[in-house]
Amino acid sequence: MEEGKVLSQSVQLSAAAYAIIHEKFGAALSAFDSNETMPFFEVIDISLWPEIALFMRDHPKLRFNYMACLSGVDFQAEDKVGIVCNIESLGQFNHKLAVKVKCPRSGGSIPSVAYVWHTANWHEREAYDMFGMLFTGHPDMRRILCPDDWEGYPLLKDYKVQETYHGIKVPY
Amino acid sequence: MQELDIAGQGSIRVTRKSNNVVILEKDLATEQMVLAMGPQHPSTHGVLKLECLTDGEVITEAVPYLGYLHRCFEKCCENVDYPAIVPYTDRLDYLAGMNSEFAYAIAVEKLLDVEIPRRVEFIRVIVAELNRIASHLVAIGTYGIDLGAFTPFLFCFRDREHILGLLEWASGARMLYNYIWVGGLAYDVPSDFNKRVKEFVDYFRPQTVELYKLLTENEIFVKRTKGIGIMPADVAINYGWSGPMLRGSGVDWDLRRNDPYSVYPELDFKVPLPDGKVSDIGDCLSRHLVRALEMEESLKIIEQCIDKMPSSEGFNPRSAVPKRVRPKAGEVYARAENPRGELGFYIQSDGKSTKPLRCKARSSCFVNLSAMKDLSKGQLIPDLVAIIGSIDIVLGEVDR
Repeated sequence: MEEGKVLSQSVQLSAAAYAIIHEKFGAALSAFDSNETMPFFEVIDISLWPEIALFMRDHPKLRFNYMACLSGVDFQAEDKVGIVCNIESLGQFNHKLAVKVKCPRSGGSIPSVAYVWHTANWHEREAYDMFGMLFTGHPDMRRILCPDDWEGYPLLKDYKVQETYHGIKVPY
Repeated sequence: MQELDIAGQGSIRVTRKSNNVVILEKDLATEQMVLAMGPQHPSTHGVLKLECLTDGEVITEAVPYLGYLHRCFEKCCENVDYPAIVPYTDRLDYLAGMNSEFAYAIAVEKLLDVEIPRRVEFIRVIVAELNRIASHLVAIGTYGIDLGAFTPFLFCFRDREHILGLLEWASGARMLYNYIWVGGLAYDVPSDFNKRVKEFVDYFRPQTVELYKLLTENEIFVKRTKGIGIMPADVAINYGWSGPMLRGSGVDWDLRRNDPYSVYPELDFKVPLPDGKVSDIGDCLSRHLVRALEMEESLKIIEQCIDKMPSSEGFNPRSAVPKRVRPKAGEVYARAENPRGELGFYIQSDGKSTKPLRCKARSSCFVNLSAMKDLSKGQLIPDLVAIIGSIDIVLGEVDR
């Protein structure tokens, strides 16, 4: 965090929530990024991600009970793909926090948090569908929007669409 | 209702309707059957396929299959400039285009950090609330049709036509508006617009009462929806439900009040919740009830906006519209209260390009529908229709 920067109230709340998580997990997390539009931290030791998620949901001072959004993202510059989760405490506290989890671009996998927040179930399937990272421990790891036999992962930056699909010409 | 003596009866199957336990089958183990409902089924409100595992009339599992209307919204976004995404957002939730545009505009404006003229904000809220009423009218009308009530549908569509006419007058289109731009509006509203909207509000207020008597208090309708598809509040939150669905489960949460945006903090409105007298909290009727009551609140918001709106003198709706939208590098997640719940946009900008690096739409219907498996377990097939109708899905937003 930069010295002397005045943070808005909502970012301060996020920072306070981050401090509690950081106290428990320490080096497994990156430093807190206190930007105004979407304060976030990154999970570095991704095997701990479900544990961190459970801690965030159940800690009496955190109660991150609502996962608003989980977006898959292609971090092409770092040769990684990952997810960005926007999590908040609905009705109990007013803090919200974004969490990034990244894995290698080819053949990477991220532990699933579908058992922590049911919202993650379909969103993780969508991230897999579009970016190709697997979610280990997911109850139903299938494609969701594309057909099951679609080739490639459409939202990767270097995605090339297949020529034909069941004899139908694909590129228009 | 008599007490059940389950001991020694072998295999029995019961269901619950408004606290009454009803025996459906005794000593019967029927063969499991797979019943595919959709994608061309009228009560799935679009191209949704549900694969139901049924045991007699009882559904043991219903698995939704999506993607029939997938139009690569997110891939398209990465290939066009920021302002050119606005028409795509219309086509997400095509029943509430104004609300989708509104949410997208808020997200990009957060990244850009621009000041929006006050009159623009009020016009945005008016058209969004008008669109909310129109969307709820479709939801309520088609829900009636699902459950066999045809008349409310005609009444709803008659009134919706007034709103579409008003929005067409303002924007030039009936459903896909491209009216709310990043930083402003496409046009100012016509000079008599406020007068006509007021006329509509005066006309429509008695209609909501009529609709309430016609449908919400209808005994057949209540019998089909009360106690069906109950979702407890904590499970609803865990599923990420939002909007009327979440409020139907008794959670007092409305983004317009709890995470305010635009000029909503200046406006006085209530967030209707089911009180448990008419419906069981969390059932299909509660969700319908929230929508029915919300329309009245939208009317209140519209009236206040008309009174508070600055005059059109010297007003340029495009004064804050940037010539070239190139936000600074960063990410944003911004959301707005849509008729169906929380519509959020996650946008990632690299600071150099005029196209987003990543633009994800968090669709409310997509999330609400994901609870289908839990909601439908142990319900009867006709009740499944009531449950899908109460979720009020728009497949354009589910599949994106």
